[in-house]
Amino acid sequence: MLRALLLSTVALSAPAYANNVFVTNEKGNTVSVLDSETWEVIAEFDAGNRPRGITIAPDGSELYVCASDDDLVRVFDPVTFKELHVLPSGPDPELFVIHPSGNPLYVANEDDNLVTVVDTKTHQVLAEIPVGVEPEGMAISPDASVVINTSETTNMAHFIDTETFEIVHNVLVDQRPRYAEFTADGQKLYVSAEIGGTVSVIDHAAETPAISKKITFDVPGVLNEWLQPVGIKITKDGSRVFVALGPANRVAVIDGETDEVIEYLLVGQRVWQLAFTPDEKFLITTNGNSNDVSIIDVESLKVIKSVQVGQQPWGVVVAPDS
Amino acid sequence: MSGNSKTGLRPPCLRTGLVLALAALCTIVASPPATAQDIKAAVLRVDYPSLLPLSRLDLPGENRGFAGARLATDDNRTTGQFMGQTYDTKEVTATADKALEAFRTLMDEGERLVVVIAESADLLAMADAAPADALLFNAASGDTTLRSARCRANVLHVAPSDAMRTDAVAQFLVWKRWNNWFLIEGSNPADQALAASYQASARKFGARITEERIFMDTGGSRVSDSGHVLVQRQIPVFTQDAAPHDVVVAADASDVFAEYLPYQLWDAAPVAGSAGLRPLTWSPTHESWGATQIQRRFEDLAGRSMTDIDYQTWLALRVIGEAVTRTSSADPAALRAYILSPDFNLAAFKGVPVTFRPWNGQLRQPILLSNGRMTISVSPQEGFLHEVSPLDTLGLDRPETECTAFEGEN
Repeated sequence: MLRALLLSTVALSAPAYANNVFVTNEKGNTVSVLDSETWEVIAEFDAGNRPRGITIAPDGSELYVCASDDDLVRVFDPVTFKELHVLPSGPDPELFVIHPSGNPLYVANEDDNLVTVVDTKTHQVLAEIPVGVEPEGMAISPDASVVINTSETTNMAHFIDTETFEIVHNVLVDQRPRYAEFTADGQKLYVSAEIGGTVSVIDHAAETPAISKKITFDVPGVLNEWLQPVGIKITKDGSRVFVALGPANRVAVIDGETDEVIEYLLVGQRVWQLAFTPDEKFLITTNGNSNDVSIIDVESLKVIKSVQVGQQPWGVVVAPDS
Repeated sequence: MSGNSKTGLRPPCLRTGLVLALAALCTIVASPPATAQDIKAAVLRVDYPSLLPLSRLDLPGENRGFAGARLATDDNRTTGQFMGQTYDTKEVTATADKALEAFRTLMDEGERLVVVIAESADLLAMADAAPADALLFNAASGDTTLRSARCRANVLHVAPSDAMRTDAVAQFLVWKRWNNWFLIEGSNPADQALAASYQASARKFGARITEERIFMDTGGSRVSDSGHVLVQRQIPVFTQDAAPHDVVVAADASDVFAEYLPYQLWDAAPVAGSAGLRPLTWSPTHESWGATQIQRRFEDLAGRSMTDIDYQTWLALRVIGEAVTRTSSADPAALRAYILSPDFNLAAFKGVPVTFRPWNGQLRQPILLSNGRMTISVSPQEGFLHEVSPLDTLGLDRPETECTAFEGEN
């Protein structure tokens, strides 16, 4: 409580361009909070059992954490770090995506082969959509017409209509698809396949979505088996795509025009998820096996800092500008 | 994975013996079928007379293997609903003397994709009796000769060979620098074969067997009311005065004595092999690489923990499902060609894709080293290098195999 009070003071007095960065610690059962100006850890709070996926309301009012082993989503106040309430999620929630309006939340339930749609205001389950085996990655198109779910054992990206909650397309990708991300213009969808070692670029402008390119990775001195793409983030102008390569301890930088890899950045161990600061000056990576986050300067493509957080950092989200 | 430069030079449709099948595959890939496909497979389990296991935890489940098959069929069906494919898996058990008859009945019923849970002699008899268009998946036998001189072109091995398992143990012991082994082997032929495999693994990775003893199988019941009293007296005596060693390696394929060794040895030494640190494809405690998800799915379905045999049967049917998904074909020859091609890879909760060795039909996979409570390590170990794949440091590599039935593959 004291810590929280102290923290809210810091938050209030911080300059306008500093944003809180929230990192889930899968093993530590906490969320670490960093300041994006000083890159110091300013707080750590309990977040339930096995916190993994994390996101924040577009207006910054609520912080959502998948507490996987509690089988629910915990909702926190992003300023006081107090738990406000919980949302039903179905068993073992891992990743989710929030509607651009802030409501609803689309949650992947790995155990039940379902995507659960939860109203963030009424806290009710709006729909359960049967998908492939082990649903994992979630994305929503910028126009909010389509939600994507990737299923890790079925190896598909499922395109779900947000009006009807029906699957309208399926695209077969490589083994164990983990993460999906749209470009800001909604024209392209990137899907990472952890065990397949590829990122599929899906043309979403076409009448029927289809893979237009498969990006592969190659780092001298690193076994092919360790090049396991997971988290993806794309700059708003679509010029740069960043892909976390898991146990290869690298983030691949891809030219969004040609979809060719232009650089590999060495970060911490088992790099998992990524998040930009709102101005896209920095990219934060969670490194599960070195218990730290790496900070990448997006302009110069340099890793400028690593910061120790809790045990086995997994997910990361940055608060929007207030 | 495609480390062999020959792959790129050979026209893919000219493989001997598969010309027709591949012609069919090429057609199918070019034009996916418009109608629904029904993929039929069968699991044939041969039940042998056996004594009770040394540990009650190893009591075989009634649905041993079949529970893994049901989970795989569920998984395949979920994927199939998006692909216009349905899956049906028949489950058959047979006694050893009726094994071949049961196999022939399956063939008469039109089954052509059969997962076999049987010993090597019965598996070979089935392979040799199979019609030309049948494809068998070995989900149980570790007999290394099935991957070498006695290999069959119509048998793919999802179960690891004994050589893969003993290499997995050897790599870990060498990584620990426990290079001096006291090898204790059973007296039955299967135990002797396993001991020979440990000897070969020791030679391969530079360990020494400083002492070797045979534990005679004298028969009798496995369990008695105060068995531990006798064990506590027998085992120290049996193991005393051994040459200096770092570790005891047990080769007990018959489950006669290995579980008696830990804590009862004359010298203080860890035990590996058939007890202590065991090489497994699956363990109920395995949690890495998303494995918790399949453990939960299996436990919900079967009401018990997932065993090695369940996993291997699940994996065999998932190999079929994955090949069907990618080729849009249900033809065994087309599936076989794809499975053995460099394009095939499958996620199997082992952290790396599992693939097949085209020279003998063996599935490559990491081996868990488990003490029954925890996954202690996973082989291949760091630092054991290979030009094609670290997984090929486990078991027979291409230059070592005497298998010729797969010549003409990649």
